[in-house]
Amino acid sequence: MIEVEHLTKKYGDLVAVRDLSFKVAKGKIWGLLGPNAAGKTTTMRILTGYLPATEGTATVAGFDVFERPNEAKKVTGYLPEIVPLYPEMTVSEYLSYVAALKQVPAAKRKPALERAIQVSGLASVKNRLVKNISRGYKQRVGIAQSLIHNPDVLILDEPTIGLDPAQIIEIRELIKSLKGEHTIILSTHILAEVTQTCDGVVIINEGRLMASGSLEDLTASFREKERVILRLRRGHEDALSAIQTIPGVEKVSRHDGELAIEWSPAKDLRESLSRLVVEKGWGLLEMRTAAMNIEDLYLRVVSGGGEQ
Amino acid sequence: MRNIWNIALKEIRTYFTSPIAYVVIAVFLVLVGFFFTSALMWFNSQAIQMAQNPYYAQQMNINQMVYTPLFHNMSIILLLMLPLLTMRLFSEEKKSGTDELLFTSPIGVGQIILGKYLAALIVLAAMLALTGLLSIFSFAFGNPELPQILNGYLGLFLMGAAFIAAGIFFSSLTENQIVSAILTFGALLLFWILNWAAYSASGLWRDVLNYLSIFQHFDDMTRGILDTKDVVYYASFAFFGLFLTHSVIQSRRWR
Repeated sequence: MIEVEHLTKKYGDLVAVRDLSFKVAKGKIWGLLGPNAAGKTTTMRILTGYLPATEGTATVAGFDVFERPNEAKKVTGYLPEIVPLYPEMTVSEYLSYVAALKQVPAAKRKPALERAIQVSGLASVKNRLVKNISRGYKQRVGIAQSLIHNPDVLILDEPTIGLDPAQIIEIRELIKSLKGEHTIILSTHILAEVTQTCDGVVIINEGRLMASGSLEDLTASFREKERVILRLRRGHEDALSAIQTIPGVEKVSRHDGELAIEWSPAKDLRESLSRLVVEKGWGLLEMRTAAMNIEDLYLRVVSGGGEQ
Repeated sequence: MRNIWNIALKEIRTYFTSPIAYVVIAVFLVLVGFFFTSALMWFNSQAIQMAQNPYYAQQMNINQMVYTPLFHNMSIILLLMLPLLTMRLFSEEKKSGTDELLFTSPIGVGQIILGKYLAALIVLAAMLALTGLLSIFSFAFGNPELPQILNGYLGLFLMGAAFIAAGIFFSSLTENQIVSAILTFGALLLFWILNWAAYSASGLWRDVLNYLSIFQHFDDMTRGILDTKDVVYYASFAFFGLFLTHSVIQSRRWR
Protein backbone atom coordinates (compact mmCIF):
# COMPACT_ATOMS: atom_id res chain seq x y z
CA MET A 1 0.00 0.00 0.00
CA ILE A 2 2.84 2.34 0.86
CA GLU A 3 6.18 1.89 -0.80
CA VAL A 4 9.24 4.00 -0.29
CA GLU A 5 12.28 3.31 -2.40
CA HIS A 6 15.71 4.84 -2.03
CA LEU A 7 14.25 8.04 -0.73
CA THR A 8 16.70 10.86 -0.11
CA LYS A 9 15.93 14.39 0.99
CA LYS A 10 18.52 17.11 1.30
CA TYR A 11 17.99 20.56 2.72
CA GLY A 12 20.99 22.28 1.19
CA ASP A 13 23.94 20.40 2.67
CA LEU A 14 21.90 18.79 5.40
CA VAL A 15 20.75 15.29 4.55
CA ALA A 16 17.48 14.68 6.37
CA VAL A 17 16.64 11.32 4.82
CA ARG A 18 19.23 9.04 3.28
CA ASP A 19 18.39 6.20 0.91
CA LEU A 20 15.34 5.09 2.86
CA SER A 21 13.30 2.11 1.65
CA PHE A 22 10.39 0.34 3.28
CA LYS A 23 6.96 -1.12 2.52
CA VAL A 24 3.74 -1.21 4.45
CA ALA A 25 1.12 -3.80 3.61
CA LYS A 26 -2.55 -2.96 3.26
CA GLY A 27 -4.53 -2.70 6.47
CA LYS A 28 -1.56 -2.63 8.81
CA ILE A 29 -0.33 -0.07 11.30
CA TRP A 30 3.34 0.67 11.11
CA GLY A 31 5.33 2.83 13.44
CA LEU A 32 8.02 5.15 12.24
CA LEU A 33 10.39 5.28 15.14
CA GLY A 34 13.46 7.33 15.76
CA PRO A 35 14.98 10.00 17.96
CA ASN A 36 14.19 13.65 17.36
CA ALA A 37 15.56 14.96 14.06
CA ALA A 38 15.83 11.41 12.69
CA GLY A 39 13.88 12.33 9.57
CA LYS A 40 10.44 11.05 10.58
CA THR A 41 8.55 14.23 9.80
CA THR A 42 10.46 14.75 6.56
CA THR A 43 9.60 11.23 5.42
CA MET A 44 5.93 11.83 6.19
CA ARG A 45 5.94 15.19 4.47
CA ILE A 46 7.32 13.54 1.35
CA LEU A 47 4.71 10.79 1.48
CA THR A 48 1.92 13.36 1.72
CA GLY A 49 3.28 15.48 -1.11
CA TYR A 50 4.07 18.47 1.09
CA LEU A 51 7.76 18.21 0.26
CA PRO A 52 9.36 16.76 -2.84
CA ALA A 53 12.16 14.25 -2.43
CA THR A 54 15.64 14.94 -3.72
CA GLU A 55 15.95 11.37 -4.98
CA GLY A 56 13.99 8.14 -4.89
CA THR A 57 10.32 7.36 -5.19
CA ALA A 58 7.35 7.07 -2.89
CA THR A 59 4.13 5.38 -3.85
CA VAL A 60 0.84 5.56 -2.02
CA ALA A 61 -1.95 3.19 -3.04
CA GLY A 62 -0.24 2.71 -6.37
CA PHE A 63 0.12 6.42 -7.13
CA ASP A 64 3.57 7.92 -7.30
CA VAL A 65 3.44 10.98 -5.05
CA PHE A 66 5.62 13.02 -7.39
CA GLU A 67 4.12 12.06 -10.69
CA ARG A 68 0.46 11.85 -9.76
CA PRO A 69 0.29 14.07 -6.68
CA ASN A 70 -3.43 14.79 -6.85
CA GLU A 71 -4.48 11.15 -7.07
CA ALA A 72 -2.10 10.26 -4.24
CA LYS A 73 -3.33 13.14 -2.09
CA LYS A 74 -6.95 12.09 -2.63
CA VAL A 75 -6.33 8.71 -1.00
CA THR A 76 -4.08 9.98 1.79
CA GLY A 77 -5.14 11.44 5.11
CA TYR A 78 -2.49 13.37 6.99
CA LEU A 79 -2.21 14.57 10.55
CA PRO A 80 0.83 16.84 10.74
CA GLU A 81 2.81 17.23 13.93
CA ILE A 82 1.20 20.62 14.50
CA VAL A 83 -2.51 19.99 14.02
CA PRO A 84 -3.59 22.34 11.22
CA LEU A 85 -6.58 24.04 12.82
CA TYR A 86 -8.38 27.30 12.15
CA PRO A 87 -9.23 28.56 15.64
CA GLU A 88 -12.02 30.87 14.53
CA MET A 89 -14.12 28.08 12.96
CA THR A 90 -16.39 25.63 14.72
CA VAL A 91 -15.44 21.96 14.61
CA SER A 92 -18.17 21.20 12.04
CA GLU A 93 -17.30 24.19 9.86
CA TYR A 94 -13.67 23.23 9.94
CA LEU A 95 -14.34 19.62 9.01
CA SER A 96 -16.65 20.51 6.16
CA TYR A 97 -14.04 22.95 4.83
CA VAL A 98 -11.46 20.16 4.92
CA ALA A 99 -13.94 17.87 3.17
CA ALA A 100 -14.26 20.44 0.40
CA LEU A 101 -10.48 20.77 0.16
CA LYS A 102 -10.16 17.00 -0.09
CA GLN A 103 -12.63 16.96 -3.00
CA VAL A 104 -15.44 15.17 -1.22
CA PRO A 105 -18.42 15.87 -3.51
CA ALA A 106 -20.90 18.35 -2.01
CA ALA A 107 -23.64 15.74 -1.76
CA LYS A 108 -21.45 13.37 0.24
CA ARG A 109 -20.00 15.98 2.55
CA LYS A 110 -22.65 15.74 5.20
CA PRO A 111 -22.45 11.97 5.70
CA ALA A 112 -18.65 12.18 5.58
CA LEU A 113 -18.75 14.85 8.26
CA GLU A 114 -21.09 12.83 10.45
CA ARG A 115 -18.97 9.74 10.11
CA ALA A 116 -15.75 11.57 11.00
CA ILE A 117 -17.41 13.20 14.01
CA GLN A 118 -18.79 9.90 15.19
CA VAL A 119 -15.58 7.91 14.69
CA SER A 120 -13.46 10.52 16.45
CA GLY A 121 -15.91 11.05 19.29
CA LEU A 122 -16.46 14.73 18.61
CA ALA A 123 -20.24 14.86 18.84
CA SER A 124 -20.22 16.86 22.07
CA VAL A 125 -18.01 19.64 20.73
CA LYS A 126 -19.01 19.82 17.08
CA ASN A 127 -20.60 23.25 17.39
CA ARG A 128 -17.88 24.81 19.48
CA LEU A 129 -15.11 27.02 18.18
CA VAL A 130 -11.89 25.14 17.66
CA LYS A 131 -10.00 27.64 19.80
CA ASN A 132 -12.20 26.85 22.81
CA ILE A 133 -11.81 23.07 22.92
CA SER A 134 -9.20 21.18 24.93
CA ARG A 135 -5.90 19.84 23.67
CA GLY A 136 -7.25 16.29 23.54
CA TYR A 137 -10.22 17.32 21.45
CA LYS A 138 -8.00 19.34 19.15
CA GLN A 139 -5.99 16.20 18.52
CA ARG A 140 -9.21 14.35 17.79
CA VAL A 141 -10.25 17.04 15.37
CA GLY A 142 -6.88 16.54 13.73
CA ILE A 143 -7.58 12.84 13.34
CA ALA A 144 -11.14 13.50 12.14
CA GLN A 145 -9.70 15.90 9.57
CA SER A 146 -7.38 13.21 8.27
CA LEU A 147 -10.27 10.73 7.99
CA ILE A 148 -12.88 12.95 6.43
CA HIS A 149 -12.41 11.76 2.84
CA ASN A 150 -12.19 8.12 3.94
CA PRO A 151 -8.63 7.71 2.66
CA ASP A 152 -6.97 4.35 2.13
CA VAL A 153 -3.80 5.58 3.78
CA LEU A 154 -3.42 7.52 7.01
CA ILE A 155 -0.21 9.26 7.92
CA LEU A 156 -0.13 10.43 11.51
CA ASP A 157 2.80 12.44 12.78
CA GLU A 158 3.09 12.00 16.54
CA PRO A 159 -0.64 11.59 17.09
CA THR A 160 -0.43 11.42 20.90
CA ILE A 161 2.04 14.21 21.56
CA GLY A 162 1.10 16.60 24.35
CA LEU A 163 -1.82 14.57 25.63
CA ASP A 164 -2.43 13.32 29.16
CA PRO A 165 -2.21 9.56 29.80
CA ALA A 166 -5.95 8.98 29.61
CA GLN A 167 -6.18 10.85 26.33
CA ILE A 168 -3.18 8.96 24.97
CA ILE A 169 -4.99 5.69 25.61
CA GLU A 170 -8.16 7.01 23.95
CA ILE A 171 -6.29 8.14 20.86
CA ARG A 172 -4.44 4.83 20.65
CA GLU A 173 -7.72 2.94 20.84
CA LEU A 174 -9.10 5.20 18.16
CA ILE A 175 -6.13 4.52 15.91
CA LYS A 176 -6.35 0.80 16.49
CA SER A 177 -10.04 0.86 15.59
CA LEU A 178 -9.11 2.35 12.22
CA LYS A 179 -6.83 -0.53 11.36
CA GLY A 180 -7.91 -2.88 8.62
CA GLU A 181 -9.93 -0.37 6.69
CA HIS A 182 -7.02 2.03 6.55
CA THR A 183 -3.31 1.49 6.18
CA ILE A 184 -1.62 3.61 8.80
CA ILE A 185 1.85 4.96 9.37
CA LEU A 186 2.38 6.76 12.63
CA SER A 187 5.54 8.36 13.88
CA THR A 188 6.48 8.50 17.48
CA HIS A 189 9.34 8.46 19.87
CA ILE A 190 7.23 6.87 22.57
CA LEU A 191 8.27 3.24 22.45
CA ALA A 192 5.29 1.86 24.29
CA GLU A 193 3.09 3.29 21.60
CA VAL A 194 4.68 1.05 19.01
CA THR A 195 4.25 -2.14 21.01
CA GLN A 196 0.67 -1.26 21.81
CA THR A 197 -0.60 -0.15 18.45
CA CYS A 198 1.70 -1.18 15.66
CA ASP A 199 2.12 -4.35 13.62
CA GLY A 200 5.52 -3.41 12.39
CA VAL A 201 8.12 -0.78 12.77
CA VAL A 202 10.61 1.21 10.76
CA ILE A 203 13.42 2.52 12.90
CA ILE A 204 15.39 5.40 11.46
CA ASN A 205 18.23 7.44 12.84
CA GLU A 206 19.90 10.42 11.23
CA GLY A 207 17.84 9.80 8.13
CA ARG A 208 19.06 6.23 7.69
CA LEU A 209 17.05 3.05 7.95
CA MET A 210 18.28 1.12 10.97
CA ALA A 211 15.78 -1.73 11.03
CA SER A 212 12.36 -2.56 9.72
CA GLY A 213 9.98 -5.45 9.97
CA SER A 214 7.23 -6.86 12.11
CA LEU A 215 7.70 -6.52 15.86
CA GLU A 216 8.04 -10.28 16.47
CA ASP A 217 10.64 -10.74 13.77
CA LEU A 218 12.65 -7.80 14.94
CA THR A 219 12.69 -8.68 18.61
CA ALA A 220 13.45 -12.30 17.82
CA SER A 221 16.37 -11.40 15.64
CA PHE A 222 17.82 -9.12 18.25
CA ARG A 223 17.16 -11.33 21.27
CA GLU A 224 20.28 -12.83 22.75
CA LYS A 225 19.40 -13.47 26.38
CA GLU A 226 16.29 -14.37 28.31
CA ARG A 227 16.03 -12.10 31.33
CA VAL A 228 13.94 -12.38 34.48
CA ILE A 229 13.72 -9.80 37.21
CA LEU A 230 13.05 -10.93 40.80
CA ARG A 231 12.00 -8.79 43.71
CA LEU A 232 12.36 -10.46 47.11
CA ARG A 233 11.38 -9.52 50.64
CA ARG A 234 14.63 -10.83 52.18
CA GLY A 235 17.68 -12.97 51.62
CA HIS A 236 19.17 -11.16 48.67
CA GLU A 237 22.73 -12.25 49.48
CA ASP A 238 21.81 -15.91 49.78
CA ALA A 239 19.71 -15.76 46.66
CA LEU A 240 22.50 -14.24 44.64
CA SER A 241 24.73 -17.23 45.18
CA ALA A 242 21.97 -19.87 45.31
CA ILE A 243 20.43 -18.90 41.98
CA GLN A 244 23.81 -19.04 40.36
CA THR A 245 23.80 -22.80 41.04
CA ILE A 246 20.67 -23.46 38.96
CA PRO A 247 21.94 -25.20 35.82
CA GLY A 248 21.77 -22.93 32.79
CA VAL A 249 21.86 -19.60 34.58
CA GLU A 250 24.52 -17.46 33.05
CA LYS A 251 24.48 -14.31 35.08
CA VAL A 252 22.85 -13.00 38.23
CA SER A 253 23.20 -9.37 39.12
CA ARG A 254 21.66 -7.10 41.68
CA HIS A 255 20.48 -3.54 41.32
CA ASP A 256 18.11 -1.42 43.36
CA GLY A 257 16.83 -4.32 45.43
CA GLU A 258 16.07 -6.41 42.36
CA LEU A 259 17.84 -9.42 41.00
CA ALA A 260 18.32 -9.82 37.30
CA ILE A 261 18.86 -13.35 36.05
CA GLU A 262 19.97 -14.12 32.52
CA TRP A 263 20.16 -17.31 30.53
CA SER A 264 20.23 -18.19 26.89
CA PRO A 265 16.84 -18.21 25.15
CA ALA A 266 16.93 -21.90 24.26
CA LYS A 267 15.78 -22.91 27.76
CA ASP A 268 13.05 -21.76 30.08
CA LEU A 269 14.32 -21.66 33.67
CA ARG A 270 11.41 -19.78 35.17
CA GLU A 271 9.87 -22.83 36.79
CA SER A 272 12.99 -24.00 38.60
CA LEU A 273 13.72 -20.45 39.58
CA SER A 274 10.35 -19.88 41.20
CA ARG A 275 10.49 -23.25 42.98
CA LEU A 276 13.85 -22.36 44.48
CA VAL A 277 12.63 -19.00 45.73
CA VAL A 278 9.54 -20.48 47.35
CA GLU A 279 11.44 -23.35 48.96
CA LYS A 280 13.95 -20.99 50.49
CA GLY A 281 11.21 -18.72 51.81
CA TRP A 282 12.75 -15.50 50.53
CA GLY A 283 9.38 -13.86 50.22
CA LEU A 284 8.71 -13.48 46.52
CA LEU A 285 7.22 -10.07 45.82
CA GLU A 286 7.53 -9.94 42.09
CA MET A 287 8.83 -11.93 39.19
CA ARG A 288 8.71 -10.63 35.68
CA THR A 289 10.34 -11.39 32.39
CA ALA A 290 12.33 -8.59 30.93
CA ALA A 291 12.28 -10.07 27.50
CA MET A 292 13.94 -8.17 24.74
CA ASN A 293 11.46 -5.37 24.37
CA ILE A 294 11.07 -2.56 21.96
CA GLU A 295 13.05 -0.32 24.24
CA ASP A 296 16.13 -2.51 24.17
CA LEU A 297 15.68 -3.07 20.50
CA TYR A 298 15.44 0.61 19.84
CA LEU A 299 18.41 1.53 21.98
CA ARG A 300 20.51 -1.21 20.47
CA VAL A 301 19.57 -0.28 16.93
CA VAL A 302 19.97 3.44 17.39
CA SER A 303 23.19 3.35 19.38
CA GLY A 304 24.57 0.61 17.10
CA GLY A 305 24.03 2.95 14.21
CA GLY A 306 25.93 5.66 16.01
CA GLU A 307 28.97 3.46 16.41
CA GLN A 308 29.23 2.42 12.80
CA MET B 1 -13.11 26.73 -10.18
CA ARG B 2 -15.05 25.08 -7.37
CA ASN B 3 -11.85 24.79 -5.36
CA ILE B 4 -11.08 28.47 -5.84
CA TRP B 5 -14.53 29.38 -4.66
CA ASN B 6 -14.33 27.08 -1.61
CA ILE B 7 -11.11 28.70 -0.51
CA ALA B 8 -12.42 32.20 -1.21
CA LEU B 9 -15.52 31.47 0.82
CA LYS B 10 -13.47 30.27 3.76
CA GLU B 11 -11.22 33.33 3.62
CA ILE B 12 -14.17 35.68 3.48
CA ARG B 13 -15.67 33.95 6.48
CA THR B 14 -12.38 34.33 8.32
CA TYR B 15 -12.30 38.04 7.48
CA PHE B 16 -15.75 38.49 8.90
CA THR B 17 -15.52 36.21 11.93
CA SER B 18 -12.44 38.05 13.09
CA PRO B 19 -12.55 41.82 13.58
CA ILE B 20 -10.17 42.49 10.66
CA ALA B 21 -12.72 43.13 7.93
CA TYR B 22 -15.03 45.16 10.17
CA VAL B 23 -12.23 47.37 11.43
CA VAL B 24 -10.70 47.91 8.00
CA ILE B 25 -14.06 48.66 6.41
CA ALA B 26 -15.23 50.89 9.25
CA VAL B 27 -12.06 52.96 9.39
CA PHE B 28 -12.05 53.22 5.61
CA LEU B 29 -15.65 54.46 5.57
CA VAL B 30 -15.07 56.99 8.34
CA LEU B 31 -12.07 58.45 6.55
CA VAL B 32 -13.76 58.49 3.15
CA GLY B 33 -16.84 60.04 4.72
CA PHE B 34 -14.70 62.75 6.25
CA PHE B 35 -12.93 63.52 2.96
CA PHE B 36 -16.18 63.49 1.05
CA THR B 37 -17.89 65.81 3.51
CA SER B 38 -15.07 68.31 3.60
CA ALA B 39 -14.74 68.29 -0.20
CA LEU B 40 -18.47 68.80 -0.54
CA MET B 41 -18.53 71.65 2.00
CA TRP B 42 -15.68 73.35 0.21
CA PHE B 43 -17.53 72.91 -3.07
CA ASN B 44 -20.67 74.43 -1.53
CA SER B 45 -18.86 77.47 -0.23
CA GLN B 46 -17.24 77.93 -3.64
CA ALA B 47 -20.63 77.56 -5.30
CA ILE B 48 -22.15 80.30 -3.14
CA GLN B 49 -19.31 82.66 -4.00
CA MET B 50 -19.39 81.82 -7.69
CA ALA B 51 -23.14 82.19 -7.90
CA GLN B 52 -22.69 85.94 -8.29
CA ASN B 53 -20.63 85.47 -11.43
CA PRO B 54 -22.40 83.55 -14.20
CA TYR B 55 -19.13 82.85 -16.04
CA TYR B 56 -17.46 81.19 -13.06
CA ALA B 57 -20.66 79.41 -12.11
CA GLN B 58 -20.44 77.63 -15.46
CA GLN B 59 -17.02 76.36 -14.48
CA MET B 60 -18.22 74.66 -11.30
CA ASN B 61 -17.89 70.93 -11.79
CA ILE B 62 -18.69 68.54 -8.98
CA ASN B 63 -16.82 65.70 -10.65
CA GLN B 64 -13.61 67.63 -10.86
CA MET B 65 -13.92 69.51 -7.62
CA VAL B 66 -15.26 66.78 -5.35
CA TYR B 67 -14.77 63.37 -6.91
CA THR B 68 -11.31 63.69 -8.41
CA PRO B 69 -9.71 64.74 -5.08
CA LEU B 70 -11.87 62.21 -3.26
CA PHE B 71 -10.60 59.37 -5.43
CA HIS B 72 -7.06 60.47 -4.81
CA ASN B 73 -7.64 60.46 -1.08
CA MET B 74 -9.31 57.07 -1.27
CA SER B 75 -6.38 55.65 -3.19
CA ILE B 76 -4.01 56.78 -0.43
CA ILE B 77 -6.22 55.16 2.22
CA LEU B 78 -6.25 51.95 0.21
CA LEU B 79 -2.48 52.08 0.01
CA LEU B 80 -2.38 52.20 3.79
CA MET B 81 -5.11 49.66 4.50
CA LEU B 82 -4.96 46.93 1.90
CA PRO B 83 -1.63 45.60 3.21
CA LEU B 84 -3.45 45.00 6.49
CA LEU B 85 -6.05 42.99 4.66
CA THR B 86 -3.57 40.84 2.74
CA MET B 87 -0.88 40.37 5.37
CA ARG B 88 -2.46 37.31 6.93
CA LEU B 89 -3.34 35.42 3.76
CA PHE B 90 -0.27 33.18 3.62
CA SER B 91 1.73 34.30 6.67
CA GLU B 92 -0.92 33.08 9.06
CA GLU B 93 -1.22 29.70 7.37
CA LYS B 94 2.49 29.19 7.59
CA LYS B 95 2.73 30.32 11.18
CA SER B 96 -0.10 28.12 12.41
CA GLY B 97 0.96 25.11 10.32
CA THR B 98 -2.28 25.03 8.35
CA ASP B 99 -0.28 25.33 5.14
CA GLU B 100 0.43 21.62 5.57
CA LEU B 101 -3.28 20.97 5.26
CA LEU B 102 -3.60 23.21 2.19
CA PHE B 103 -0.61 21.87 0.32
CA THR B 104 -1.36 18.22 1.05
CA SER B 105 -4.88 18.61 -0.34
CA PRO B 106 -5.54 17.57 -3.93
CA ILE B 107 -5.67 21.18 -5.11
CA GLY B 108 -3.24 23.13 -7.25
CA VAL B 109 -1.17 25.89 -5.69
CA GLY B 110 -2.57 28.25 -8.31
CA GLN B 111 -6.11 27.55 -7.15
CA ILE B 112 -5.17 28.26 -3.55
CA ILE B 113 -3.61 31.59 -4.51
CA LEU B 114 -6.56 32.59 -6.69
CA GLY B 115 -9.03 31.65 -3.95
CA LYS B 116 -7.31 33.90 -1.47
CA TYR B 117 -6.97 36.65 -4.06
CA LEU B 118 -10.66 36.45 -4.86
CA ALA B 119 -11.58 36.73 -1.18
CA ALA B 120 -9.55 39.91 -0.75
CA LEU B 121 -11.01 41.33 -3.97
CA ILE B 122 -14.51 40.75 -2.65
CA VAL B 123 -13.72 42.58 0.57
CA LEU B 124 -12.23 45.42 -1.50
CA ALA B 125 -15.37 45.53 -3.64
CA ALA B 126 -17.50 45.70 -0.49
CA MET B 127 -15.39 48.57 0.86
CA LEU B 128 -15.78 50.53 -2.36
CA ALA B 129 -19.46 49.72 -2.82
CA LEU B 130 -20.29 50.97 0.66
CA THR B 131 -18.73 54.36 -0.11
CA GLY B 132 -21.17 54.57 -3.01
CA LEU B 133 -23.83 55.46 -0.45
CA LEU B 134 -22.18 58.85 -0.07
CA SER B 135 -23.02 59.66 -3.66
CA ILE B 136 -26.73 59.60 -2.80
CA PHE B 137 -26.17 63.11 -1.44
CA SER B 138 -24.37 64.43 -4.46
CA PHE B 139 -27.01 63.02 -6.77
CA ALA B 140 -29.87 64.30 -4.59
CA PHE B 141 -28.57 67.86 -4.48
CA GLY B 142 -26.45 68.14 -7.60
CA ASN B 143 -25.94 66.59 -10.99
CA PRO B 144 -22.60 64.81 -11.17
CA GLU B 145 -21.79 62.63 -14.17
CA LEU B 146 -22.25 58.97 -13.31
CA PRO B 147 -19.91 57.43 -15.93
CA GLN B 148 -17.05 59.56 -14.69
CA ILE B 149 -17.67 58.43 -11.10
CA LEU B 150 -17.91 54.78 -12.13
CA ASN B 151 -14.69 55.17 -14.04
CA GLY B 152 -13.03 56.47 -10.89
CA TYR B 153 -14.34 53.50 -8.92
CA LEU B 154 -13.11 51.15 -11.61
CA GLY B 155 -9.70 52.79 -11.26
CA LEU B 156 -9.78 52.30 -7.50
CA PHE B 157 -10.78 48.68 -7.87
CA LEU B 158 -8.08 47.93 -10.44
CA MET B 159 -5.47 49.67 -8.35
CA GLY B 160 -6.66 47.84 -5.25
CA ALA B 161 -6.50 44.55 -7.15
CA ALA B 162 -2.88 45.28 -7.98
CA PHE B 163 -2.15 46.20 -4.35
CA ILE B 164 -3.72 42.96 -3.14
CA ALA B 165 -1.61 40.88 -5.53
CA ALA B 166 1.51 42.58 -4.18
CA GLY B 167 0.26 41.97 -0.64
CA ILE B 168 -0.28 38.26 -1.27
CA PHE B 169 3.23 38.03 -2.68
CA PHE B 170 4.79 39.55 0.43
CA SER B 171 2.55 37.43 2.62
CA SER B 172 3.95 34.31 0.97
CA LEU B 173 7.49 35.42 1.78
CA THR B 174 7.24 35.54 5.55
CA GLU B 175 5.35 33.96 8.38
CA ASN B 176 5.31 37.27 10.22
CA GLN B 177 2.21 39.28 9.37
CA ILE B 178 3.67 42.62 10.40
CA VAL B 179 6.74 42.11 8.25
CA SER B 180 4.44 41.19 5.39
CA ALA B 181 2.36 44.37 5.83
CA ILE B 182 5.41 46.63 6.08
CA LEU B 183 7.04 45.14 3.00
CA THR B 184 3.82 45.50 1.03
CA PHE B 185 3.34 49.07 2.11
CA GLY B 186 6.95 49.99 1.35
CA ALA B 187 6.92 48.38 -2.08
CA LEU B 188 3.60 49.97 -3.04
CA LEU B 189 4.67 53.40 -1.87
CA LEU B 190 7.84 53.07 -3.88
CA PHE B 191 5.86 52.20 -7.00
CA TRP B 192 3.51 55.05 -6.23
CA ILE B 193 6.20 57.72 -6.16
CA LEU B 194 8.27 56.30 -8.97
CA ASN B 195 7.16 59.13 -11.21
CA TRP B 196 8.93 61.62 -8.91
CA ALA B 197 12.17 60.16 -10.16
CA ALA B 198 10.88 60.65 -13.70
CA TYR B 199 11.05 64.45 -13.30
CA SER B 200 14.82 64.38 -13.21
CA ALA B 201 15.23 61.54 -15.68
CA SER B 202 15.16 61.89 -19.43
CA GLY B 203 14.44 59.90 -22.56
CA LEU B 204 13.53 56.28 -22.24
CA TRP B 205 14.11 56.21 -18.49
CA ARG B 206 11.59 58.91 -18.02
CA ASP B 207 8.98 56.98 -19.99
CA VAL B 208 9.73 53.75 -18.17
CA LEU B 209 9.52 55.34 -14.72
CA ASN B 210 6.33 57.14 -15.63
CA TYR B 211 4.82 53.96 -16.97
CA LEU B 212 5.70 51.97 -13.87
CA SER B 213 4.31 54.52 -11.46
CA ILE B 214 1.02 53.46 -9.92
CA PHE B 215 -0.07 57.05 -9.47
CA GLN B 216 0.39 58.04 -13.09
CA HIS B 217 -2.10 55.45 -14.27
CA PHE B 218 -4.60 56.24 -11.59
CA ASP B 219 -4.63 59.95 -12.25
CA ASP B 220 -6.19 59.54 -15.69
CA MET B 221 -8.92 57.30 -14.37
CA THR B 222 -10.07 59.79 -11.73
CA ARG B 223 -10.59 62.30 -14.52
CA GLY B 224 -12.91 60.01 -16.38
CA ILE B 225 -10.41 58.75 -18.92
CA LEU B 226 -10.52 55.01 -19.54
CA ASP B 227 -7.37 53.97 -21.34
CA THR B 228 -6.61 50.32 -22.06
CA LYS B 229 -2.98 51.15 -21.29
CA ASP B 230 -3.93 51.78 -17.65
CA VAL B 231 -6.10 48.69 -17.42
CA VAL B 232 -3.32 46.59 -18.90
CA TYR B 233 -0.87 48.11 -16.42
CA TYR B 234 -2.93 47.13 -13.38
CA ALA B 235 -3.79 43.72 -14.78
CA SER B 236 -0.17 42.93 -15.49
CA PHE B 237 0.86 44.27 -12.07
CA ALA B 238 -1.65 41.90 -10.46
CA PHE B 239 -0.67 39.00 -12.68
CA PHE B 240 2.99 39.52 -11.91
CA GLY B 241 2.31 39.60 -8.17
CA LEU B 242 0.34 36.37 -8.28
CA PHE B 243 2.89 34.73 -10.54
CA LEU B 244 5.69 35.59 -8.11
CA THR B 245 3.61 34.21 -5.24
CA HIS B 246 3.23 30.95 -7.12
CA SER B 247 6.97 30.79 -7.73
CA VAL B 248 7.77 31.54 -4.08
CA ILE B 249 5.47 28.82 -2.81
CA GLN B 250 6.71 26.25 -5.31
CA SER B 251 10.36 27.05 -4.71
CA ARG B 252 9.96 27.00 -0.95
CA ARG B 253 8.67 23.47 -1.18
CA TRP B 254 11.33 22.38 -3.60
CA ARG B 255 14.25 23.79 -1.67
